Amino acid sequence: MDQHLLTIVLAAPLAGLLVLLFLPSKSKSLIRVWANIASLAGFAVSLPLVWKFHVGAPGFQFVERADWIPSLGAHYLVGIDGISLLLVMLTTLMGFVATLCSWSGVNDRLKEYYAMFLLLQTGMIGVFISLDFFLFYIFWELVLVPMYFIIGVWGGPRKLYAAIKFFLYTLAGSVLMLLGILTLYFQHYSQFGFYTFEISQLMKLQLPLGVQQWVFWAFFLGFAIKVPMFPFHTWLPDAHVEAPTAGSVILAAVLLKMGTYGFLRFSLPLLPQASMDQTIVRVLAALSIVGIVYGALVSLMQKDWKKLVAYSSVSHLGFCTLGIFSLNPNGIAGSVLQQINHGISTGMLFLVIGVIYERRHTREIAEYGGLAHVMPRFAKIFAFAMLSSAGLPLLNGFVGEFTILQGAFEANRIWAVFAVTGVILGAAYLLWLYQRTMLGQVTNPKNLGLPDLNFRECAVFAPLVVWAIWIGVYPKPYFDLLRQPVTEIVERVKPGYFAQAAAVGGTDDRFLSSVTARGRADARLDRLTIGPQVANLPHKTGTSVGTSAGVAGRSACSTLPCGGAR
Amino acid sequence: MSTFYTATDHFSILPAIMLALFGCSILLFDAFDAFFFGGARQRRWQLLFVVMAEIGAGVGLVKQTLYLAAGGPNGLPLDGFHGTILVNHFSIFFNWIFLVAALIVAVVSYQYLETAGEHHGEYYGLILFAQCGMYFLATGTDLITLFIGLELMALSFYVMVGFLRTEQRSNEAAMKYLLLGAFSTGFLAYGFSVLYGIAGSTKLSEIAAAVAERSPWDPVVILALVTASVGLLFKISAVPFHMWAPDAYEGAPTTVTAYLSVGSTAASMAFLLRMFMGPLVSARAAWEPLLAVVAVMTLTLGNLAAINQTNIKRLLAYSSISHAGYMLLGLVAGNDTGINGILVYLLVYTFMNLGAFIVIIALRRQNIIGEDLDDFAGLMHRSPGYAVLMLVFLLSLAGIPPTAGFLGKYYIFLALVQTGHYGLAVIGVLYAAVAIYYYFKIVRSMFMRDEEQAAPLATSTGVRLAVTVAGALTLGIGIYPEPFIRFAGAALVR
Repeated sequence: MDQHLLTIVLAAPLAGLLVLLFLPSKSKSLIRVWANIASLAGFAVSLPLVWKFHVGAPGFQFVERADWIPSLGAHYLVGIDGISLLLVMLTTLMGFVATLCSWSGVNDRLKEYYAMFLLLQTGMIGVFISLDFFLFYIFWELVLVPMYFIIGVWGGPRKLYAAIKFFLYTLAGSVLMLLGILTLYFQHYSQFGFYTFEISQLMKLQLPLGVQQWVFWAFFLGFAIKVPMFPFHTWLPDAHVEAPTAGSVILAAVLLKMGTYGFLRFSLPLLPQASMDQTIVRVLAALSIVGIVYGALVSLMQKDWKKLVAYSSVSHLGFCTLGIFSLNPNGIAGSVLQQINHGISTGMLFLVIGVIYERRHTREIAEYGGLAHVMPRFAKIFAFAMLSSAGLPLLNGFVGEFTILQGAFEANRIWAVFAVTGVILGAAYLLWLYQRTMLGQVTNPKNLGLPDLNFRECAVFAPLVVWAIWIGVYPKPYFDLLRQPVTEIVERVKPGYFAQAAAVGGTDDRFLSSVTARGRADARLDRLTIGPQVANLPHKTGTSVGTSAGVAGRSACSTLPCGGAR
Repeated sequence: MSTFYTATDHFSILPAIMLALFGCSILLFDAFDAFFFGGARQRRWQLLFVVMAEIGAGVGLVKQTLYLAAGGPNGLPLDGFHGTILVNHFSIFFNWIFLVAALIVAVVSYQYLETAGEHHGEYYGLILFAQCGMYFLATGTDLITLFIGLELMALSFYVMVGFLRTEQRSNEAAMKYLLLGAFSTGFLAYGFSVLYGIAGSTKLSEIAAAVAERSPWDPVVILALVTASVGLLFKISAVPFHMWAPDAYEGAPTTVTAYLSVGSTAASMAFLLRMFMGPLVSARAAWEPLLAVVAVMTLTLGNLAAINQTNIKRLLAYSSISHAGYMLLGLVAGNDTGINGILVYLLVYTFMNLGAFIVIIALRRQNIIGEDLDDFAGLMHRSPGYAVLMLVFLLSLAGIPPTAGFLGKYYIFLALVQTGHYGLAVIGVLYAAVAIYYYFKIVRSMFMRDEEQAAPLATSTGVRLAVTVAGALTLGIGIYPEPFIRFAGAALVR
């Protein structure tokens, strides 16, 4: 059963979709109820992943493998580690939230609407669990079509333009990524004599730096457009503004994470030398920082509520990529956590906009003011979402941003200095938005009679509020969960990182215990790597360093409940 | 049987005999229609004849496959007529494509021609004759055989393109196609004569040996190469010999357009592969850059010109041009993956392109031509089944997984990466992104506009069956391609 769990999670939305297609399109309430049941079931079947997951176990779990296209070396190969577990849970939860929030907002072509969401759900889950590049690419592209329809059919006035722009941008990036994938695939054939798309096989490749760099840039285009990193972000405001509420929620909360996930899962582990390359790291960090500051500055200037939040996504995702390319455990773990945080808080912000748009059908900030008097519950929720997004301590955003800044500081102090301005500006545009819309006197008579949140709308926010508080107050389970996969990535990119950190007596207490995990990662890398790279591993070259690190790690492990207790 | 016509000879052209026999029968019976069928303008029997011909041809192909699988009685290859016909897996693969195309086109033609008021028996005969010509293009190993095959196919198409006698644009299309086609054939014949001059033989194998003795940059070789290429590239509508395609596609009856775009392209591609990978293979250094330039031009023009089209048939004509460009890229790469890619590409192209044209055919009703972008408006509300299938075909044409079209492009790009043609690969993938724009103009019309005509499509069982089969295969090949890849891969084993 356990080895089929991921397949069940993947197929649940499809099963819901299949039943949905046979429902009569006339009976709207039936369709609504069924779609909500299906997406809730999709979330429910993903819950066992959480408690059956072995925290700290190396490698991937719930792995299922079957031959799919033997002539191409493509497999149906799925599995998750801590990073993908978090993203899968985010996906299934947001899928349900997005379905529930569309209850009254969408009224025409309901069947197609929910069908598109369920299809999208399958595609997104597939992206996060695929361990075969061919399978991954199929899911990656599969996501485009339903999102195109969601924006294009149920979107705002400029929906057609926004939809095709979204499609063309992301497609252009992903076809170039395909060339990168094919290069790796062919290189693997030249080195090992057989074709395979399996990620763990492709990790054995010994590529010259030049090839790695080219492939890195090909991947970069695919992922950076999806994230979106500056200067590839221009599709995002259009898509967000025109998409229906649920579409924006999914787009911000999950779709953008596909890009950052791509960097973590593919760019870094498959192309470690290129990822270490000074030029590449500098360019990516610079683009991230520009994205952080630029996104925040542009947000400050927006007159449209939704556009403001859209640009804030550019800024927040800048933090995520900056964390990744800090290339240290804090940066990467913070980045993953911040991806989840952004999903929660920006998801909530878009839901907030959806609520008010459904009542007033305008997103002009100037149209509002003093709403807190009319809609007190709404104002509280919005305040919560806004503060979580701005990174108030004890809420989720703070933990993520803090950890990323820690990582960035460790990598390069200048980066941290610039990135911090993003936090300040973030607080500025969000608080100012709140002030203009919620506080003061009601300036517009049209806003006087607006009804407050009803039970369903509160229910939409409830799980996100709980999750945000959990991460903010007690993030330790998340860091525990991320320790092992992050360690593996860092060891892969910077062999010997933990040994050095321990030898220097590093201050990195959150990750000190991962030194023992490193021992396991080494054992795993021994299996994965061949040739000269083995010599780079610290326990082969500097035995004394490795041993002392091991001792330090074990002592740390005795005080912290790390994964060794499995 | 005499030594002029042995049992092996007979066996090597068995499918073509069935096609020719039934084709002629249709003409004969049609002439005495009143005598045999009591004057009732019933055309069902002609369709039945086509089906019987295809069954006969199919049985012939199966027999040939079994023969090859058994290694032949004496271990000899299956060649006939003193080495002018060669049956191998390559030719059988192509003949299956022709067979499927002809059969599907014949099935959907019935209703279309009734509606157009031009239902004549010879139409079905012409379908079979064209297929017969294609047979010789795929099996011929002699310049004369190939040339006759080409002309048989082309002449049938000239007539079929102009089949709507009372429509001006159909006549115009046929005339343009005929004149330009004749002109290009002239070039081809000239190239053939030079090849004959080089080798003193019309057999491809002997020409290959003679060309191999010369340098690729030998002026005579270049002359033969360039002139023959004109004729070959014309047939697959590669730029700059593409001018006829948009007009012919638009003017021809849609059923003929479908047949032309799939059957004729596949046959010409088989011919092209035979020539470039046969007699001209040693002149590779000369033709590789030539074809690379042609392929890039073809991709550029096809994709950019398609953007502004409002007539769907014209749009698909330009898209066909761009598909020809992708296939040429496979030939530029020229390794096994590339050639295999062309075969896979043609296989999936058959289903997706036929499917797209069948949807246009389904839109044709009394007084409504149904091939304009506006005619697709709100199709999702009128006939959701057709709209969704059309979406699948268009996604496949654009090469979006998990549809079959992705597989074709996958091979082409992989071949380019393998042979180090990174620049061409980048151009190729970026035009795939451009293509999505114009394909999605149709999608936008179908799904995001309100209907202008409320009536759902009234279509015959044949059309529904054909479009379902095409749709199922387009999706099926995309999701589980293994058997189809093996089928195409077997064609490569010579």
